[in-house]
Amino acid sequence: MLHALELLWQNAPLLLDGLWATLGIAAAATFFSIIGGALLGMMRASWNNAIVQAAARAYLELFRVIPILVWLFVFFFAVPAASSLDISGTLAAVTVFSLWGASEMSDIVRGALKTIPQAQYDAGRAIGLSGAQLHLRVILPQAVRRMLPGAINLVTRIIKTTSLVVIVGVVDVVKRSQQIIERTKEPFVLYAFLLLLFFALCHPLSRLSRRLEKRFN
Amino acid sequence: MTTTANAPVLIDAACVTKFYDTRKALDNVSLAIHAKEVVVILGPSGCGKSTFLRCLNGLETVQAGSIRFHGRDLARPGTDWRPVRQRIGMVFQSYELFPHLSVRDNLLLGPVHVQKRPRAEALRQAEGLLERVGLADRLDSFPRQLSGGQKQRIAIVRALSMNPEVMLFDEVTAALDPEMVREVLDVILGLARNGMTMVIVTHEMGFARAVADRIVFMDEGRICETNTPVKFFTAPDTDRAKRFLSRFLY
Ligand SMILES: Nc1ncnc2c1ncn2[C@@H]1O[C@H](COP(=O)(O)OP(=O)(O)OP(=O)(O)O)[C@@H](O)[C@H]1O
Ligand SMILES: [Mg+2]
Repeated sequence: MLHALELLWQNAPLLLDGLWATLGIAAAATFFSIIGGALLGMMRASWNNAIVQAAARAYLELFRVIPILVWLFVFFFAVPAASSLDISGTLAAVTVFSLWGASEMSDIVRGALKTIPQAQYDAGRAIGLSGAQLHLRVILPQAVRRMLPGAINLVTRIIKTTSLVVIVGVVDVVKRSQQIIERTKEPFVLYAFLLLLFFALCHPLSRLSRRLEKRFN
Repeated sequence: MTTTANAPVLIDAACVTKFYDTRKALDNVSLAIHAKEVVVILGPSGCGKSTFLRCLNGLETVQAGSIRFHGRDLARPGTDWRPVRQRIGMVFQSYELFPHLSVRDNLLLGPVHVQKRPRAEALRQAEGLLERVGLADRLDSFPRQLSGGQKQRIAIVRALSMNPEVMLFDEVTAALDPEMVREVLDVILGLARNGMTMVIVTHEMGFARAVADRIVFMDEGRICETNTPVKFFTAPDTDRAKRFLSRFLY
Protein backbone atom coordinates (compact mmCIF):
# COMPACT_ATOMS: atom_id res chain seq x y z
CA MET A 1 0.00 0.00 0.00
CA LEU A 2 2.75 2.35 1.04
CA HIS A 3 4.65 1.33 -2.04
CA ALA A 4 1.66 2.09 -4.24
CA LEU A 5 1.20 5.54 -2.76
CA GLU A 6 4.86 6.27 -3.17
CA LEU A 7 4.71 5.22 -6.81
CA LEU A 8 1.73 7.47 -7.47
CA TRP A 9 3.32 10.33 -5.58
CA GLN A 10 6.49 10.10 -7.63
CA ASN A 11 4.48 10.18 -10.83
CA ALA A 12 1.99 12.76 -9.62
CA PRO A 13 3.15 15.51 -12.02
CA LEU A 14 2.61 13.24 -15.03
CA LEU A 15 -0.74 11.97 -13.79
CA LEU A 16 -1.91 15.49 -12.99
CA ASP A 17 -0.90 16.61 -16.42
CA GLY A 18 -3.02 13.81 -17.91
CA LEU A 19 -5.87 14.58 -15.56
CA TRP A 20 -5.90 18.19 -16.71
CA ALA A 21 -6.13 17.07 -20.32
CA THR A 22 -9.04 14.79 -19.44
CA LEU A 23 -10.86 17.41 -17.42
CA GLY A 24 -10.11 20.16 -19.90
CA ILE A 25 -11.66 18.23 -22.77
CA ALA A 26 -14.62 17.21 -20.63
CA ALA A 27 -15.16 20.79 -19.41
CA ALA A 28 -14.93 22.32 -22.87
CA ALA A 29 -17.23 19.67 -24.31
CA THR A 30 -19.70 20.19 -21.46
CA PHE A 31 -19.69 23.94 -22.03
CA PHE A 32 -20.36 23.66 -25.77
CA SER A 33 -22.88 20.87 -25.22
CA ILE A 34 -24.92 23.06 -22.90
CA ILE A 35 -24.89 26.08 -25.20
CA GLY A 36 -25.46 24.10 -28.39
CA GLY A 37 -27.95 21.74 -26.76
CA ALA A 38 -29.97 24.60 -25.30
CA LEU A 39 -30.21 26.40 -28.63
CA LEU A 40 -30.93 23.26 -30.61
CA GLY A 41 -33.39 21.99 -27.98
CA MET A 42 -35.34 25.26 -27.95
CA MET A 43 -35.36 25.25 -31.72
CA ARG A 44 -36.65 21.70 -31.84
CA ALA A 45 -39.31 22.46 -29.25
CA SER A 46 -40.71 25.56 -30.86
CA TRP A 47 -39.70 25.92 -34.50
CA ASN A 48 -42.22 23.86 -36.42
CA ASN A 49 -40.50 23.99 -39.77
CA ALA A 50 -40.31 20.65 -41.56
CA ILE A 51 -36.79 21.19 -42.91
CA VAL A 52 -35.42 22.40 -39.56
CA GLN A 53 -36.98 19.44 -37.77
CA ALA A 54 -35.69 16.94 -40.30
CA ALA A 55 -32.17 18.38 -40.21
CA ALA A 56 -32.15 18.23 -36.41
CA ARG A 57 -33.35 14.64 -36.46
CA ALA A 58 -30.68 13.64 -38.98
CA TYR A 59 -27.96 15.24 -36.86
CA LEU A 60 -29.16 13.45 -33.72
CA GLU A 61 -29.42 10.13 -35.54
CA LEU A 62 -25.87 10.39 -36.89
CA PHE A 63 -24.47 10.69 -33.39
CA ARG A 64 -26.79 8.03 -32.06
CA VAL A 65 -25.82 5.31 -34.53
CA ILE A 66 -22.17 6.03 -35.32
CA PRO A 67 -19.71 5.26 -32.51
CA ILE A 68 -17.78 8.15 -30.95
CA LEU A 69 -14.59 6.30 -31.84
CA VAL A 70 -15.45 6.54 -35.53
CA TRP A 71 -16.26 10.24 -35.21
CA LEU A 72 -12.85 10.82 -33.63
CA PHE A 73 -11.23 9.16 -36.62
CA VAL A 74 -13.33 11.24 -38.97
CA PHE A 75 -12.27 14.53 -37.41
CA PHE A 76 -8.67 13.56 -36.75
CA PHE A 77 -7.83 11.76 -40.01
CA ALA A 78 -10.53 12.14 -42.62
CA VAL A 79 -11.38 15.83 -42.31
CA PRO A 80 -7.75 17.04 -42.33
CA ALA A 81 -6.96 14.73 -45.26
CA ALA A 82 -9.91 15.98 -47.25
CA SER A 83 -9.60 19.65 -46.45
CA SER A 84 -5.97 20.45 -45.63
CA LEU A 85 -7.19 21.75 -42.26
CA ASP A 86 -4.80 21.02 -39.44
CA ILE A 87 -6.76 19.47 -36.60
CA SER A 88 -4.97 18.52 -33.41
CA GLY A 89 -6.07 15.53 -31.37
CA THR A 90 -7.39 17.80 -28.65
CA LEU A 91 -9.37 19.91 -31.09
CA ALA A 92 -10.82 16.81 -32.74
CA ALA A 93 -11.76 15.45 -29.33
CA VAL A 94 -13.42 18.67 -28.16
CA THR A 95 -15.29 18.96 -31.46
CA VAL A 96 -16.59 15.42 -31.41
CA PHE A 97 -17.57 15.45 -27.74
CA SER A 98 -19.24 18.83 -28.15
CA LEU A 99 -21.25 17.73 -31.17
CA TRP A 100 -22.25 14.51 -29.47
CA GLY A 101 -23.02 16.24 -26.17
CA ALA A 102 -25.07 18.94 -27.88
CA SER A 103 -27.18 16.37 -29.67
CA GLU A 104 -27.89 14.54 -26.42
CA MET A 105 -28.42 17.78 -24.54
CA SER A 106 -30.90 19.03 -27.10
CA ASP A 107 -33.03 15.97 -26.41
CA ILE A 108 -32.95 16.72 -22.69
CA VAL A 109 -33.82 20.39 -23.25
CA ARG A 110 -36.58 19.66 -25.70
CA GLY A 111 -38.07 17.00 -23.44
CA ALA A 112 -38.08 19.38 -20.48
CA LEU A 113 -39.64 22.22 -22.48
CA LYS A 114 -42.36 19.92 -23.76
CA THR A 115 -43.43 19.15 -20.19
CA ILE A 116 -44.27 22.81 -19.52
CA PRO A 117 -47.98 23.18 -20.25
CA GLN A 118 -49.10 25.61 -22.94
CA ALA A 119 -51.25 27.30 -20.31
CA GLN A 120 -48.11 28.49 -18.49
CA TYR A 121 -47.14 30.39 -21.63
CA ASP A 122 -50.66 31.85 -21.78
CA ALA A 123 -50.52 32.89 -18.13
CA GLY A 124 -47.18 34.60 -18.65
CA ARG A 125 -48.37 36.44 -21.73
CA ALA A 126 -51.62 37.40 -20.02
CA ILE A 127 -49.71 39.53 -17.50
CA GLY A 128 -47.87 41.26 -20.32
CA LEU A 129 -44.49 39.51 -20.22
CA SER A 130 -42.39 39.86 -23.37
CA GLY A 131 -41.18 36.73 -25.11
CA ALA A 132 -37.75 37.00 -23.52
CA GLN A 133 -39.18 37.65 -20.03
CA LEU A 134 -41.58 34.76 -20.45
CA HIS A 135 -38.78 32.36 -21.27
CA LEU A 136 -36.26 33.65 -18.76
CA ARG A 137 -38.59 34.08 -15.80
CA VAL A 138 -41.32 31.49 -16.31
CA ILE A 139 -40.50 28.72 -18.75
CA LEU A 140 -36.75 28.08 -18.42
CA PRO A 141 -36.62 28.12 -14.59
CA GLN A 142 -39.24 25.39 -14.57
CA ALA A 143 -37.64 23.48 -17.42
CA VAL A 144 -34.10 23.66 -15.98
CA ARG A 145 -35.18 21.73 -12.90
CA ARG A 146 -36.36 18.95 -15.14
CA MET A 147 -33.20 19.10 -17.26
CA LEU A 148 -30.73 18.89 -14.39
CA PRO A 149 -30.76 15.13 -13.71
CA GLY A 150 -30.32 14.25 -17.38
CA ALA A 151 -27.73 16.97 -17.94
CA ILE A 152 -25.62 15.82 -14.98
CA ASN A 153 -25.81 12.26 -16.25
CA LEU A 154 -24.59 13.46 -19.60
CA VAL A 155 -21.56 15.10 -17.95
CA THR A 156 -20.60 11.81 -16.29
CA ARG A 157 -20.91 10.08 -19.65
CA ILE A 158 -18.73 12.73 -21.27
CA ILE A 159 -16.07 12.32 -18.57
CA LYS A 160 -16.05 8.54 -18.98
CA THR A 161 -15.97 8.68 -22.75
CA THR A 162 -12.97 11.04 -22.81
CA SER A 163 -10.82 7.93 -22.32
CA LEU A 164 -11.29 7.33 -26.07
CA VAL A 165 -9.13 10.37 -26.92
CA VAL A 166 -6.05 8.18 -26.56
CA ILE A 167 -6.59 6.93 -30.10
CA VAL A 168 -6.17 10.38 -31.61
CA GLY A 169 -2.93 10.91 -29.74
CA VAL A 170 -4.14 13.03 -26.84
CA VAL A 171 -2.18 12.30 -23.70
CA ASP A 172 -4.88 12.10 -21.07
CA VAL A 173 -4.78 10.51 -17.66
CA VAL A 174 -5.32 7.04 -19.12
CA LYS A 175 -2.46 7.44 -21.57
CA ARG A 176 -0.19 8.81 -18.84
CA SER A 177 -0.97 5.79 -16.69
CA GLN A 178 -0.11 3.46 -19.52
CA GLN A 179 3.21 5.24 -20.02
CA ILE A 180 3.99 4.85 -16.33
CA ILE A 181 3.06 1.18 -16.46
CA GLU A 182 5.47 0.60 -19.32
CA ARG A 183 8.24 2.19 -17.34
CA THR A 184 7.52 0.75 -13.89
CA LYS A 185 5.72 -2.52 -14.70
CA GLU A 186 3.11 -1.76 -12.06
CA PRO A 187 -0.18 -2.22 -13.90
CA PHE A 188 -2.18 -3.11 -10.82
CA VAL A 189 -1.43 0.10 -8.95
CA LEU A 190 -2.17 2.35 -11.89
CA TYR A 191 -5.34 0.66 -13.03
CA ALA A 192 -6.59 0.70 -9.45
CA PHE A 193 -5.79 4.40 -9.41
CA LEU A 194 -7.75 4.97 -12.64
CA LEU A 195 -10.68 3.01 -11.31
CA LEU A 196 -10.79 5.05 -8.12
CA LEU A 197 -10.24 8.29 -10.02
CA PHE A 198 -13.15 7.83 -12.42
CA PHE A 199 -15.32 6.59 -9.59
CA ALA A 200 -14.46 9.68 -7.54
CA LEU A 201 -15.21 11.96 -10.50
CA CYS A 202 -18.45 10.38 -11.64
CA HIS A 203 -20.09 8.81 -8.64
CA PRO A 204 -20.91 12.07 -6.83
CA LEU A 205 -22.44 13.45 -10.03
CA SER A 206 -24.40 10.30 -10.55
CA ARG A 207 -25.73 10.46 -6.98
CA LEU A 208 -26.59 14.11 -7.32
CA SER A 209 -28.51 13.35 -10.48
CA ARG A 210 -30.49 10.59 -8.80
CA ARG A 211 -31.23 12.81 -5.78
CA LEU A 212 -32.52 15.60 -8.01
CA GLU A 213 -34.60 13.18 -10.01
CA LYS A 214 -36.27 11.93 -6.86
CA ARG A 215 -36.87 15.44 -5.63
CA PHE A 216 -38.65 16.52 -8.80
CA ASN A 217 -40.89 13.48 -8.94
CA MET B 1 -75.77 44.59 -10.78
CA THR B 2 -75.97 48.18 -11.92
CA THR B 3 -77.46 49.82 -14.93
CA THR B 4 -74.59 50.29 -17.31
CA ALA B 5 -76.19 50.56 -20.71
CA ASN B 6 -75.40 54.28 -20.81
CA ALA B 7 -71.81 53.90 -19.69
CA PRO B 8 -69.11 54.29 -22.35
CA VAL B 9 -68.13 51.23 -24.32
CA LEU B 10 -64.75 49.90 -23.17
CA ILE B 11 -64.25 46.96 -25.50
CA ASP B 12 -66.14 46.85 -28.77
CA ALA B 13 -65.86 43.55 -30.59
CA ALA B 14 -67.52 43.58 -33.98
CA CYS B 15 -68.04 40.68 -36.38
CA VAL B 16 -65.17 38.70 -34.87
CA THR B 17 -64.52 35.52 -36.82
CA LYS B 18 -61.91 32.97 -35.82
CA PHE B 19 -60.80 29.77 -37.47
CA TYR B 20 -58.69 26.97 -36.07
CA ASP B 21 -57.34 25.70 -39.37
CA THR B 22 -60.55 25.16 -41.30
CA ARG B 23 -62.79 24.89 -38.26
CA LYS B 24 -64.80 28.00 -37.46
CA ALA B 25 -64.65 28.64 -33.71
CA LEU B 26 -66.16 32.15 -33.76
CA ASP B 27 -68.63 33.28 -36.38
CA ASN B 28 -69.36 36.99 -36.62
CA VAL B 29 -69.39 37.63 -32.89
CA SER B 30 -70.25 41.21 -31.95
CA LEU B 31 -70.30 42.33 -28.35
CA ALA B 32 -69.81 45.74 -26.77
CA ILE B 33 -68.66 45.71 -23.16
CA HIS B 34 -69.49 48.86 -21.24
CA ALA B 35 -67.46 50.31 -18.40
CA LYS B 36 -68.38 48.73 -15.04
CA GLU B 37 -70.51 46.16 -16.77
CA VAL B 38 -70.50 42.49 -15.83
CA VAL B 39 -71.15 40.32 -18.87
CA VAL B 40 -71.61 36.61 -18.31
CA ILE B 41 -71.14 34.31 -21.29
CA LEU B 42 -73.00 31.01 -21.17
CA GLY B 43 -73.21 28.19 -23.67
CA PRO B 44 -72.58 24.52 -24.27
CA SER B 45 -69.08 23.07 -24.30
CA GLY B 46 -67.15 23.90 -27.45
CA CYS B 47 -69.32 26.86 -28.45
CA GLY B 48 -66.36 29.25 -28.43
CA LYS B 49 -66.55 30.96 -25.04
CA SER B 50 -62.89 30.48 -24.17
CA THR B 51 -61.86 31.34 -27.70
CA PHE B 52 -63.73 34.63 -27.51
CA LEU B 53 -62.10 35.62 -24.21
CA ARG B 54 -58.67 34.67 -25.54
CA CYS B 55 -59.20 36.83 -28.62
CA LEU B 56 -59.89 39.83 -26.38
CA ASN B 57 -56.35 39.77 -24.94
CA GLY B 58 -54.54 38.49 -27.98
CA LEU B 59 -53.87 34.91 -26.90
CA GLU B 60 -55.56 34.00 -30.20
CA THR B 61 -55.50 35.90 -33.46
CA VAL B 62 -58.74 36.54 -35.33
CA GLN B 63 -59.27 36.19 -39.05
CA ALA B 64 -61.94 38.85 -39.47
CA GLY B 65 -63.72 41.56 -37.51
CA SER B 66 -62.48 44.26 -35.18
CA ILE B 67 -61.85 44.60 -31.46
CA ARG B 68 -61.78 48.26 -30.49
CA PHE B 69 -60.17 49.20 -27.21
CA HIS B 70 -59.25 52.80 -26.37
CA GLY B 71 -59.68 53.89 -29.95
CA ARG B 72 -57.48 51.20 -31.48
CA ASP B 73 -58.41 48.09 -33.39
CA LEU B 74 -56.61 45.23 -31.71
CA ALA B 75 -57.67 42.74 -34.36
CA ARG B 76 -55.31 44.32 -36.87
CA PRO B 77 -52.08 42.44 -37.40
CA GLY B 78 -49.05 43.99 -35.72
CA THR B 79 -50.83 44.97 -32.51
CA ASP B 80 -48.47 45.20 -29.55
CA TRP B 81 -50.47 43.22 -27.02
CA ARG B 82 -48.25 43.80 -24.03
CA PRO B 83 -49.66 47.18 -23.02
CA VAL B 84 -53.17 45.89 -23.74
CA ARG B 85 -52.72 42.85 -21.50
CA GLN B 86 -51.74 45.10 -18.63
CA ARG B 87 -55.19 46.67 -18.88
CA ILE B 88 -57.15 43.48 -19.57
CA GLY B 89 -56.48 40.87 -16.88
CA MET B 90 -57.31 37.20 -17.34
CA VAL B 91 -57.88 34.33 -14.94
CA PHE B 92 -57.81 30.72 -16.15
CA GLN B 93 -59.66 27.58 -15.19
CA SER B 94 -56.49 25.84 -14.04
CA TYR B 95 -55.10 28.86 -12.07
CA GLU B 96 -51.70 28.72 -13.79
CA LEU B 97 -49.73 30.18 -10.93
CA PHE B 98 -46.00 29.93 -11.64
CA PRO B 99 -45.03 26.88 -9.56
CA HIS B 100 -41.37 27.83 -9.11
CA LEU B 101 -42.23 31.22 -7.61
CA SER B 102 -43.58 32.06 -4.18
CA VAL B 103 -46.92 33.82 -3.91
CA ARG B 104 -45.00 37.07 -3.44
CA ASP B 105 -43.00 36.59 -6.64
CA ASN B 106 -46.06 35.45 -8.56
CA LEU B 107 -47.75 38.69 -7.58
CA LEU B 108 -44.75 40.95 -8.22
CA LEU B 109 -43.67 39.56 -11.60
CA GLY B 110 -46.08 41.68 -13.62
CA PRO B 111 -46.03 44.92 -11.62
CA VAL B 112 -42.25 44.99 -11.18
CA HIS B 113 -40.94 43.49 -14.41
CA VAL B 114 -43.63 44.46 -16.88
CA GLN B 115 -44.93 47.71 -15.44
CA LYS B 116 -41.56 48.67 -13.90
CA ARG B 117 -43.22 49.87 -10.72
CA PRO B 118 -41.18 50.19 -7.52
CA ARG B 119 -41.04 46.89 -5.70
CA ALA B 120 -42.04 48.27 -2.32
CA GLU B 121 -45.14 49.93 -3.70
CA ALA B 122 -46.15 46.84 -5.69
CA LEU B 123 -45.66 44.70 -2.61
CA ARG B 124 -47.83 47.00 -0.51
CA GLN B 125 -50.58 46.74 -3.09
CA ALA B 126 -50.22 42.95 -3.30
CA GLU B 127 -50.51 42.69 0.46
CA GLY B 128 -53.65 44.81 0.42
CA LEU B 129 -55.20 42.65 -2.28
CA LEU B 130 -54.27 39.43 -0.47
CA GLU B 131 -55.92 40.83 2.63
CA ARG B 132 -59.09 41.42 0.65
CA VAL B 133 -59.24 37.80 -0.53
CA GLY B 134 -58.42 36.50 2.95
CA LEU B 135 -54.91 35.24 2.19
CA ALA B 136 -52.75 37.86 3.85
CA ASP B 137 -50.66 35.19 5.60
CA ARG B 138 -49.76 33.36 2.38
CA LEU B 139 -47.20 35.73 0.91
CA ASP B 140 -44.32 33.29 1.44
CA SER B 141 -46.14 30.13 0.44
CA PHE B 142 -45.52 28.28 -2.78
CA PRO B 143 -48.40 27.30 -5.06
CA ARG B 144 -48.02 23.61 -4.21
CA GLN B 145 -48.77 24.40 -0.57
CA LEU B 146 -52.15 25.95 -1.39
CA SER B 147 -55.60 24.49 -1.97
CA GLY B 148 -57.29 24.95 -5.32
CA GLY B 149 -59.51 27.69 -4.02
CA GLN B 150 -56.55 29.51 -2.51
CA LYS B 151 -54.58 29.19 -5.73
CA GLN B 152 -57.45 30.61 -7.73
CA ARG B 153 -57.82 33.56 -5.37
CA ILE B 154 -54.08 34.23 -5.71
CA ALA B 155 -54.44 34.02 -9.49
CA ILE B 156 -57.18 36.65 -9.30
CA VAL B 157 -54.95 38.85 -7.17
CA ARG B 158 -52.11 38.36 -9.65
CA ALA B 159 -54.32 39.74 -12.41
CA LEU B 160 -55.65 42.55 -10.21
CA SER B 161 -52.19 43.65 -9.16
CA MET B 162 -51.69 45.01 -12.68
CA ASN B 163 -54.56 47.44 -12.04
CA PRO B 164 -56.51 46.26 -15.08
CA GLU B 165 -59.58 48.05 -16.40
CA VAL B 166 -61.23 44.81 -17.43
CA MET B 167 -61.06 41.29 -16.06
CA LEU B 168 -61.72 38.13 -18.06
CA PHE B 169 -62.66 34.98 -16.14
CA ASP B 170 -62.68 31.65 -17.97
CA GLU B 171 -64.54 29.05 -15.92
CA VAL B 172 -62.45 29.86 -12.91
CA THR B 173 -64.35 27.52 -10.58
CA ALA B 174 -64.65 24.57 -12.95
CA ALA B 175 -61.57 22.78 -11.59
CA LEU B 176 -62.44 23.35 -7.92
CA ASP B 177 -63.91 21.03 -5.34
CA PRO B 178 -67.47 22.14 -4.60
CA GLU B 179 -66.66 23.46 -1.13
CA MET B 180 -64.11 25.87 -2.60
CA VAL B 181 -66.27 27.31 -5.33
CA ARG B 182 -67.95 29.74 -2.98
CA GLU B 183 -64.77 31.41 -1.73
CA VAL B 184 -63.73 32.21 -5.28
CA LEU B 185 -67.15 33.39 -6.43
CA ASP B 186 -67.35 35.67 -3.40
CA VAL B 187 -64.16 37.40 -4.51
CA ILE B 188 -65.61 37.99 -7.98
CA LEU B 189 -68.88 39.25 -6.51
CA GLY B 190 -66.85 41.68 -4.42
CA LEU B 191 -65.15 42.97 -7.55
CA ALA B 192 -68.52 43.43 -9.24
CA ARG B 193 -69.74 45.48 -6.28
CA ASN B 194 -66.68 47.68 -6.59
CA GLY B 195 -67.49 48.41 -10.21
CA MET B 196 -64.91 46.25 -11.99
CA THR B 197 -65.69 45.65 -15.66
CA MET B 198 -65.77 41.91 -16.20
CA VAL B 199 -66.45 39.26 -18.81
CA ILE B 200 -67.16 35.97 -17.09
CA VAL B 201 -67.51 32.51 -18.59
CA THR B 202 -69.06 30.12 -16.09
CA HIS B 203 -71.23 27.07 -15.68
CA GLU B 204 -72.45 28.24 -12.24
CA MET B 205 -75.96 29.32 -13.17
CA GLY B 206 -76.89 30.71 -9.76
CA PHE B 207 -73.76 32.80 -9.73
CA ALA B 208 -74.33 33.96 -13.31
CA ARG B 209 -77.76 35.19 -12.39
CA ALA B 210 -76.50 36.96 -9.28
CA VAL B 211 -73.48 38.71 -10.78
CA ALA B 212 -74.46 39.50 -14.36
CA ASP B 213 -75.74 42.76 -15.78
CA ARG B 214 -76.17 40.96 -19.06
CA ILE B 215 -76.19 37.35 -20.14
CA VAL B 216 -74.71 36.45 -23.51
CA PHE B 217 -75.67 33.00 -24.71
CA MET B 218 -73.43 31.42 -27.35
CA ASP B 219 -73.85 28.33 -29.49
CA GLU B 220 -71.67 26.99 -32.30
CA GLY B 221 -69.42 30.01 -32.38
CA ARG B 222 -72.26 32.53 -32.56
CA ILE B 223 -74.05 34.75 -30.10
CA CYS B 224 -77.53 33.33 -29.96
CA GLU B 225 -79.16 35.52 -27.38
CA THR B 226 -78.34 38.54 -25.25
CA ASN B 227 -80.62 39.20 -22.35
CA THR B 228 -80.98 40.44 -18.80
CA PRO B 229 -80.30 37.74 -16.24
CA VAL B 230 -83.87 37.74 -14.94
CA LYS B 231 -85.37 37.32 -18.38
CA PHE B 232 -82.75 34.83 -19.53
CA PHE B 233 -83.29 32.52 -16.58
CA THR B 234 -87.08 32.81 -16.40
CA ALA B 235 -88.15 33.24 -20.02
CA PRO B 236 -85.34 33.10 -22.55
CA ASP B 237 -86.11 34.35 -26.04
CA THR B 238 -84.61 31.47 -28.00
CA ASP B 239 -85.37 27.77 -28.03
CA ARG B 240 -81.70 26.97 -27.93
CA ALA B 241 -81.29 28.82 -24.67
CA LYS B 242 -84.38 27.04 -23.28
CA ARG B 243 -82.92 23.68 -24.21
CA PHE B 244 -79.56 24.67 -22.73
CA LEU B 245 -81.12 25.78 -19.46
CA SER B 246 -83.30 22.70 -19.18
CA ARG B 247 -80.15 20.64 -18.83
CA PHE B 248 -79.34 22.42 -15.60
CA LEU B 249 -82.69 21.55 -13.99
CA TYR B 250 -83.33 18.34 -12.17
N1 LIG C 1 -56.14 25.28 -29.94
C1 LIG C 1 -57.17 24.81 -30.66
N2 LIG C 1 -56.95 24.19 -31.82
C2 LIG C 1 -57.98 23.74 -32.58
N3 LIG C 1 -59.26 23.85 -32.24
C3 LIG C 1 -59.55 24.45 -31.08
C4 LIG C 1 -58.53 24.97 -30.24
N4 LIG C 1 -59.11 25.52 -29.15
C5 LIG C 1 -60.44 25.35 -29.31
N5 LIG C 1 -60.71 24.72 -30.46
C6 LIG C 1 -62.06 24.40 -31.00
O1 LIG C 1 -62.78 25.61 -31.08
C7 LIG C 1 -64.10 25.44 -30.63
C8 LIG C 1 -64.40 26.40 -29.49
O2 LIG C 1 -63.61 26.02 -28.36
P1 LIG C 1 -63.65 26.78 -26.99
O3 LIG C 1 -62.57 26.21 -26.14
O4 LIG C 1 -63.64 28.23 -27.22
O5 LIG C 1 -65.05 26.34 -26.41
P2 LIG C 1 -65.69 26.65 -24.99
O6 LIG C 1 -67.02 27.27 -25.26
O7 LIG C 1 -64.75 27.40 -24.15
O8 LIG C 1 -65.92 25.19 -24.42
P3 LIG C 1 -65.81 24.67 -22.89
O9 LIG C 1 -67.08 25.03 -22.22
O10 LIG C 1 -65.67 23.19 -23.07
O11 LIG C 1 -64.61 25.31 -22.30
C9 LIG C 1 -64.24 24.00 -30.23
O12 LIG C 1 -64.85 23.31 -31.29
C10 LIG C 1 -62.82 23.53 -30.04
O13 LIG C 1 -62.72 22.17 -30.38
MG1 LIG D 1 -63.65 26.95 -22.41
